[in-house]
Amino acid sequence: MILLEVEKVVKQFAGHLALDSVSLTVPENTIYGLLGPNGAGKTTLIRIINCITAPDSGEVRLHGKRMTPADVQQIGYLPEERGLYKKMKVGEQALYLAQLKGMTRNDALKALKYWFEKFEIQAWWDKKVEELSKGMAQKVQFITTILHEPKLLIFDEPFSGFDPVNTDIIKREILDLRAKGATIIFSTHNMETVEDLCENISLVNQAKIVLQGNVADIRASHATNTFVVGSKTSLNENNFEMISQKAQNGVFESIIKKQVTESNNSLLS
Amino acid sequence: MSKISLIIKREYTTRVMKKSFILLTFLIPILFVGMLFLIVWLGGIKDDKIKTIVVIDKTHLYTKVLKSNENYSFQFVDAPVEKIKSQNTNNEQFTALLYITDNLVDNPKAATLYSEKQVNLELKSYVSSLLNKYIEEQKLATYNIPNLKEMVEKSRTDIDMKTIKWGENGKEKEGSAELALIIGMMSAFIIYMFIVIYGAQVMNGVVQEKTNRIVEVIISSVKPFELMMGKIIGIAMVGLTQFLMWVILTVVISTVAGAIFGGNVDVNSLHQMGQMGMQTVPTNAMSPEIQGLFTALNGVNYLQIIVLFIVYFLGGYLLYASLFAAVGSAVDNETDTQQFSLPLMLPIIFAIYAAIYSAQNPDGPLAFWCSMIPFTSPIVMMVRLPFDVPVWQIILSLTILVMSFVGTTWMAGKIYRTGILMYGKKVTWKELFKWLRY
Repeated sequence: MILLEVEKVVKQFAGHLALDSVSLTVPENTIYGLLGPNGAGKTTLIRIINCITAPDSGEVRLHGKRMTPADVQQIGYLPEERGLYKKMKVGEQALYLAQLKGMTRNDALKALKYWFEKFEIQAWWDKKVEELSKGMAQKVQFITTILHEPKLLIFDEPFSGFDPVNTDIIKREILDLRAKGATIIFSTHNMETVEDLCENISLVNQAKIVLQGNVADIRASHATNTFVVGSKTSLNENNFEMISQKAQNGVFESIIKKQVTESNNSLLS
Repeated sequence: MSKISLIIKREYTTRVMKKSFILLTFLIPILFVGMLFLIVWLGGIKDDKIKTIVVIDKTHLYTKVLKSNENYSFQFVDAPVEKIKSQNTNNEQFTALLYITDNLVDNPKAATLYSEKQVNLELKSYVSSLLNKYIEEQKLATYNIPNLKEMVEKSRTDIDMKTIKWGENGKEKEGSAELALIIGMMSAFIIYMFIVIYGAQVMNGVVQEKTNRIVEVIISSVKPFELMMGKIIGIAMVGLTQFLMWVILTVVISTVAGAIFGGNVDVNSLHQMGQMGMQTVPTNAMSPEIQGLFTALNGVNYLQIIVLFIVYFLGGYLLYASLFAAVGSAVDNETDTQQFSLPLMLPIIFAIYAAIYSAQNPDGPLAFWCSMIPFTSPIVMMVRLPFDVPVWQIILSLTILVMSFVGTTWMAGKIYRTGILMYGKKVTWKELFKWLRY
């Protein structure tokens, strides 16, 4: 089932074309990666999906129907530049943002309690945001994004600003959310996380999509059929081409290239 | 709860809970009433020290005329002026020296008051009045008309004109002209202050949301226009709350203080203070024209003024607040707001000056036009109201005001929508006009 469709979206700013007929499809209950260098157009695309800006032409469809501003209730958005009201208390602010997304106060309270316990940050409830460190504030902001259990989650560079431990926590949460049925789109520069998390990706560069599709397929189609092999003994060239080999600490490390027609299993014989 | 109400509620509570708001709300009425009482009380204290005035009267005619009273005692000395002047050091021996060289009937300029310090008006007017009265009697006596003095006394009258307003059912209401003018100027000034203070709060709130980046999160949940309006309305309610608190507290505190201090302050002295405060000329030069001005103020329709005050405050605030919001959305930080907010402040400041001049000529062209132009009308109209403005003028002025703030809100919405997500670009006026077309 397709959750989100972006079809031929064009966005022009004064003197600068941000998106040039961009299309993509996000299947339901998957994790979608949006990659690309800075200035490629990722954030503009994300804002259009969030109905923050409108495209000059093209359409965005949610569940097959054209998206309306009311649909944003079903989206949770974590922007790239994060921020909260500095002088407001954490708990109060989280409630406010949840209610703006359509949650009732009681539901929001219950959900917040759950998440604050899960992240072990109950002590921060009455603190003002300006009293928290950057990483702490981002945790809070992450919670406010997912609180209303939206069907579609959009994270713009979710891992920037987090230390490795917290990055791991966020990764786990994203997988958890998918397990609960959500669909997730996130943009990043971090290739590792893409490989760990995403089923499908789009690579954006200079307002256009340059690469798109299923991660496994892409990997396969761009495979150079080159492998790094470690063995206790030196390898003989049977069904493959030896590119290099070196021995270190009693282990041989070889880079071999198989012939395209051969299957991987044939290498093992 | 609708989204706008959520935003209004948040904007309201965060500001009303602030310590600075609570402090200001309670402090100002206390200070105001305290100041009033202090002035009246201090003004009533008599200066116990008796000042000595040395008189050198070459004519020896006025020895009986210059009577010492509780403030001044006259000492008559026969010595050259220069000697007396050098004797006086630091005003310890005498406050002033009155030197009369000639008969004042023939030569009115023959009296001079000398002093090391500038002679105060009270002394001058006391001495002048004593001498004037005597000279007048002397002059009358030269006409040799019997009983002339009594005739002049009887023809002197002090007109005490009552100001009575013709009510609609022919009822007559005696008005307090002075109080009405005070109310007019005060309401004009309060509207001016509130528009400036709360307009600035709107602007700063918008800029802060931009700098701490929360604006993007919020507008992924609500439309930019809703956020802008929620903020404007929320802050309007803060202003109304503060105003109402001030009115209530002032009434309460002054009644309590009045009870404590007994009869020290009564309505008459408040009237007098109003008169003195409203005039820009010294009291002893109060001319018939100014008296005539006050008599023109017949009775005050308080209900009309209070209702119109609230309406004009809201209208003027909404007009300016939307423009302030637009300015806030166009800049990246609070210092940049100055360049844009200055043109916005000019009409407000102009309005206050226009109000002051309109008070003297409430039906003149300046007053009329300024109470129609929406940028100045809230302030100038308040000053005109005690002078009974025709109903059609009020309706016209309000219609223009309402249409204007609808217009500016629409414009501001467009600028706000584009501006809040734009960072880094130095915005000019030309740029802003472009945004209107997006």
